[in-house]
Amino acid sequence: MTGLFDEVFLAALLFGAVTAAVPLLLAGLGEQMSEKAGVLNIGIEGMMILGAYLGFLGAYYSGSLWLGFLAGALGGMAVAAVMALLCVRLGLNQIVIGIALTLGLEGLTALLHHFQFSRSYPRLPAADKTAIPLLADIPVLGPALFQHHLVVYFAVALVFVMIYIYRRTQLGLNLQAAGDKPAALDVAGIDVIRTRTIAVLTTGALAGLGGAYLANVGAGIFIPFITNGAGFLGIVLAMLARGRPLWVLFGALLFGVCLSLTTAMQVAGINMPTDIIQMLPFLAVMIMLVLFGRKASLPAALGMPYERGAR
Amino acid sequence: MSVETTQTSSTALEPAIPETGKGDLLRRLVMTLGPILAALVIAGCILLAVGVDPLAYYGFVIERGLLSPLGVQQTLTRMAPLLFLAAGLIVAFRAGMWNLGGDGQFLLGAVSAAAAGPFLVQFLPTWLALVCAFLLATAVAMLWSLLPALLRAYQGVNEIITTLMMTFLGTSLANVLVKLAFLDPSTTVPQTRTLPVEDRLPRLFDTTISSGLLLGLVAIIAVHLVMTRTAFGLKLQVVGANPRAAVHSGLGVPTLTIAVFAISAGLAGLAGAVDILGVQGNVRADWNPAYGMAVIPMVFLARMNGFAAIGFVFLLSILSIGGESAARRLGVPHHFTLVLVSIVLITLAIAEYIDHHFIKTRRV
Repeated sequence: MTGLFDEVFLAALLFGAVTAAVPLLLAGLGEQMSEKAGVLNIGIEGMMILGAYLGFLGAYYSGSLWLGFLAGALGGMAVAAVMALLCVRLGLNQIVIGIALTLGLEGLTALLHHFQFSRSYPRLPAADKTAIPLLADIPVLGPALFQHHLVVYFAVALVFVMIYIYRRTQLGLNLQAAGDKPAALDVAGIDVIRTRTIAVLTTGALAGLGGAYLANVGAGIFIPFITNGAGFLGIVLAMLARGRPLWVLFGALLFGVCLSLTTAMQVAGINMPTDIIQMLPFLAVMIMLVLFGRKASLPAALGMPYERGAR
Repeated sequence: MSVETTQTSSTALEPAIPETGKGDLLRRLVMTLGPILAALVIAGCILLAVGVDPLAYYGFVIERGLLSPLGVQQTLTRMAPLLFLAAGLIVAFRAGMWNLGGDGQFLLGAVSAAAAGPFLVQFLPTWLALVCAFLLATAVAMLWSLLPALLRAYQGVNEIITTLMMTFLGTSLANVLVKLAFLDPSTTVPQTRTLPVEDRLPRLFDTTISSGLLLGLVAIIAVHLVMTRTAFGLKLQVVGANPRAAVHSGLGVPTLTIAVFAISAGLAGLAGAVDILGVQGNVRADWNPAYGMAVIPMVFLARMNGFAAIGFVFLLSILSIGGESAARRLGVPHHFTLVLVSIVLITLAIAEYIDHHFIKTRRV
């Protein structure tokens, strides 16, 4: 147990927590928007895994991390477009299509990875970090929280953008209505299908970006099934946050600490089987669901396709 | 007796309504085979894209999974756990509960059976030891579903999330149990103690097919009959179709919810036990065939009808056994089966939509 609390270790732990939290934050914020608009987006795991794969591919072949992120976000959006077409426009069962997309893309990315990289397992160079002036000089907290890749700051800023959208804009109101009372939105002359499509596409872009960050910055490599339930954790975050973006941030950080602890304990050589440590984040989810599950309120029309004139 | 279930949440993929007349049956057949063919073509294009001859791949799958004597026996044996899983999913889905935790329940059932089987055969008659192992596997899997069941029944927490989380936990816990609690000290491979071949479920006649297949068939037919022919099944269907209406008609929805989860998880646990006691004999560390996730689409394709599910499970079994062999010969990882299954699911959902919105309305 020596050194568990020394400064370097603590800084590394927190740094890892933020790195682990960012994909969850992006997925959670994305899922929150879909759920607000009445679409339960189970396919988010599939969007993340394709984002991770394309993000890695883009960064690996172009040599630019930013092109990788772009590719990841576009990949996530492409999956979201399929989901929007099938579930929002055609009104097919969101759970069935969501599972199908997740399974299929997990299989497809594993298949493609096998043919491309299974012999070489190439890695990306470590990502550039941007230190925030002054704040980065704080001992322990500085290197842990304020020396990250720019996408991290973008993700945190996005929390406040989302708050602004939900509270102050017409779009936010429309999204809310699309989830709670789609018929009312329709009567007000706003296209429910279009509003929900915007929400699902945004979810796809954010989930894809989250996946790309996970592969490019978090791991520096793409391996099959790399997301390992991160998308599902995003869904849990969105459920528990009850529509509030700030809660998604706190929740993501909490899970980030759990995930980071998992790696930290392994590095510190604490003698515990990895399987037990790997259970931590999911255990944390179950405990949170037991404690706060009752309060997890969801929009009234969640999961129901909207068809004009249908009862 | 049949129940007209109008699901509130979806227009597509409703539970099957019994067919009337020949034309309807033909339409059903076209609407099922058409999407499967389309999916085979699309998946074939993916194979082409990665430089594998799709005809050779499908050829190997059919040859190994269906035509070779040894292969078809393996296919039939593989059906046993899949049938139990499908039976469990039919109960849950018909009652409107999304038990997506099948894999965790399956693995914990498998580990329980693998721990109990070799231990009990030492001082019990084989048949009694096997029965006890089956019962233990069922009980453990049921227990694993209790928390999601309680959360759904009394707190209204979405069971999709909780069962998925429990499946992640269950997979890790199964590994922990194999590595720490039930490790076989006599081998270097981390695995549980092996049930001797002569103590496993008997094989059918002179073949290598495990009698687990019969148990699986009995389970899924029983589930189908219970869901469509009994008052209990009717109650569950009402809960699935409209939970609020179920409350108003005086059904004890929380109790029924817990019962559904227990039955569904218990059957998943049996699936694990039947695979261990009939075929594998032990559980190796990090063993997770992920049958549960692959069976979910089959149950949908069968429109939650037990008899149709037998057919689709047979198909999945061919794909799975044949896919493993084709994977070795052509170097295509078995993940391709996942891709194929998911494309089938999507094409089927689209076909259902077309059926629902164009063909039916034209006839009316």
